[in-house]
Amino acid sequence: MAQTSWSPHPRLTLLQQEIREGFFFLFPAVFLIFGITLFPIVFTFVISFTTTPLSNPAPQNFVGLSNYWSFLRNVQFWQAIARTAYFTVVSVGAELLLGLGIALLIHARPPGWAFLRTSLIIPWAVPTIVNGALWRWIYNADYGALNGLLYSLGILQKYRPWLTEPMTALNLVIVADIWHSVPFIALILQAALATLPVELDEAAAVDGANAWQRFWLIRLPLLRPAILVALVIRTVEAFRVFDIIYVITQGGPAFGTVTISYLTYLESFSYGRLGSGAALSFLITLFTFLMAIVYIRLLYRPEFRE
Amino acid sequence: MRYLSLHFVLIGLLLIVMLSGCAGQATPTGPTVIKVLAMQQAGPTPEEMNAIVAEFNQKNPNIKVEIEYVAYDALHDKIVTAMATTPPSYDVILVDDIWYAEFVKAGYLWDVTDKIDAQTKEKIFQAAWDITTVNGRIYGMPWLLDAKYFYYNKKILNEAGFDRPPATWEELVEQGRVIKEKGLVDYPIAWSWAQAEAAICDFVALLYGNGGRFVDEEGKPAFNDEKGVQVLEWMVKTIDEGISNPASVSYVEEDVRNVFSQGKAAFALNWIYMYNLAALEEEESQVVGQVEMSLVPVFEAVAKQGIKSATINGSMGFSVVGKSPNPEVAWEYVKYLTSEDVQKRYASHLLPVWSANYEGEALEALKALNPATPVTVPMFKEQFPYAHVRPKVPYYLEGSKALQLALQEALTKQKTAAQALNDAAAKWLELQGK
Repeated sequence: MAQTSWSPHPRLTLLQQEIREGFFFLFPAVFLIFGITLFPIVFTFVISFTTTPLSNPAPQNFVGLSNYWSFLRNVQFWQAIARTAYFTVVSVGAELLLGLGIALLIHARPPGWAFLRTSLIIPWAVPTIVNGALWRWIYNADYGALNGLLYSLGILQKYRPWLTEPMTALNLVIVADIWHSVPFIALILQAALATLPVELDEAAAVDGANAWQRFWLIRLPLLRPAILVALVIRTVEAFRVFDIIYVITQGGPAFGTVTISYLTYLESFSYGRLGSGAALSFLITLFTFLMAIVYIRLLYRPEFRE
Repeated sequence: MRYLSLHFVLIGLLLIVMLSGCAGQATPTGPTVIKVLAMQQAGPTPEEMNAIVAEFNQKNPNIKVEIEYVAYDALHDKIVTAMATTPPSYDVILVDDIWYAEFVKAGYLWDVTDKIDAQTKEKIFQAAWDITTVNGRIYGMPWLLDAKYFYYNKKILNEAGFDRPPATWEELVEQGRVIKEKGLVDYPIAWSWAQAEAAICDFVALLYGNGGRFVDEEGKPAFNDEKGVQVLEWMVKTIDEGISNPASVSYVEEDVRNVFSQGKAAFALNWIYMYNLAALEEEESQVVGQVEMSLVPVFEAVAKQGIKSATINGSMGFSVVGKSPNPEVAWEYVKYLTSEDVQKRYASHLLPVWSANYEGEALEALKALNPATPVTVPMFKEQFPYAHVRPKVPYYLEGSKALQLALQEALTKQKTAAQALNDAAAKWLELQGK
């Protein structure tokens, strides 16, 4: 047996052997990736061209693009897109501003900053479902904390209902989402701030730049890659928002908080139309994909490369 | 090469182990396993349900029942996803009244019409059979009989100077005005008018109380006729006047229970479960000892016709899954679970579907079961004959969503009552055409 290792091309054999073994060890991972990611995506794509019902989910009754087409002509779809866009822009915008503010505050290390940084984790650590249930209680018209607070501060003369008007309800769901997600952005930005070179700041201070100029002209440009990363993650997440709405408003009042993901849920599971539900989810994918392209382009602009 | 072949051997061994594991499952040697999907909400507690399963398993050594519970709101989706596999994940499922048509059309349920003898048929309330019957065929045993009941706070009513609850909705508004003027509560009645099935339940109770109906003989929507529009306009008006709690638009049954239990409402409409919690449980309620029940009112015009009440039927049945490999065995369990004997012995949290339990000695025994039943059992007997079912149509869920939207559009003043209901009716017609 020892003789075989003295073959004329020992190195090549070894390489081949490694390649073969490599494939062998990769197989389970590849299998899993195909099995739990790629296959469902392809399957969903296929049934999005059919009227497959949930009661019999084998792909059937090919209808071409008509699922997509009927949504693109559907008012409810565009209303849901508009609501989702509003939700995304407002919540991510507010989260970014607040997150940046909190990050700068922690970075300045005021007394108790370590406690602040730790307690910041709490809203982020709360599961979205729990967060939703929490805010549902806070917003309750008859025994909610929000009415209690505003009433005892004298801002409200009388308890008022919060979730009975579509636009108000949507804004209040946004507030709940902001509370949940600000810590995420704050922590990313705080970590990025900690890595910035102090010398630039000091040099600018010596040259007579005030605090605002140092922030606006030095820190902010240096923070841009971190901001973009946080934005990409949060925008895609916000665009797919579902669970917090499911818990707080169930899409109400009057469909006022039905976002595009909620519409997909209704279509697929409540109405049992797997085919058109799949088409909707691909439309969502398309939107998030476009956003991702824009962000990636921004991220990889030459000035961001060191 | 040596290592490689070792890997092959190892992975081969692994495969053999895995495959033999699968094969072991495929050859049944022990008792036939029956999987049951039930809910943990209203009705019996899981402990009681488990006790019934244990009894059945003991009496039938060759059958093994395994039971799982989910919340009501998750039940429909859990069923429809479970039914997508062959064989399905469950042999017996708990089905809500309004899902029967959808499930029958999808072929989920086993037809048991020929398995029910005349005697059984006669001894169970007809209204209970309506739950599990679709197009004249029976697809399960009725199990949970519920309706919305009218609750009132006797103390608030007395303080306002009334000695009896309202018999009509007009009277409720009058009493409400006095209660409001005297500052006893801000809003005399709380409803579950959120964008959920709960809103449809309240609307149906009011609709039939105004002489309206959900659909006509041909199954075409009738909720948008004159009677229906009047009801929805009345709902909007009572909010404007502050008789109905404006937060009702965001409330489901549990919110109504909380508001009522805090003494912040004089009246409420809710299922039977609220009685025990609001009237008897100190930990759950601040109005213990003040809660009474009476017939759900109707509108005056209907009361003049001699109709005393109208409410919604919200009941459920247990059915055998059509694709189950052992439907006959599964049916044995369903029969046991819904049998007269079991229902009588486990009647603390749900009332029996067997009419025999409501007569003579059986009735006295039923009333003495727990502190709630002396009130709930007679109330059930009185109220249930006035319970109306929602249409049994396969597109119910989507139709209901359209109607929920209509109610909310009118309540939030985005559309007039007539316009909103007509739009919902158009959606129903479109769904019927599909």
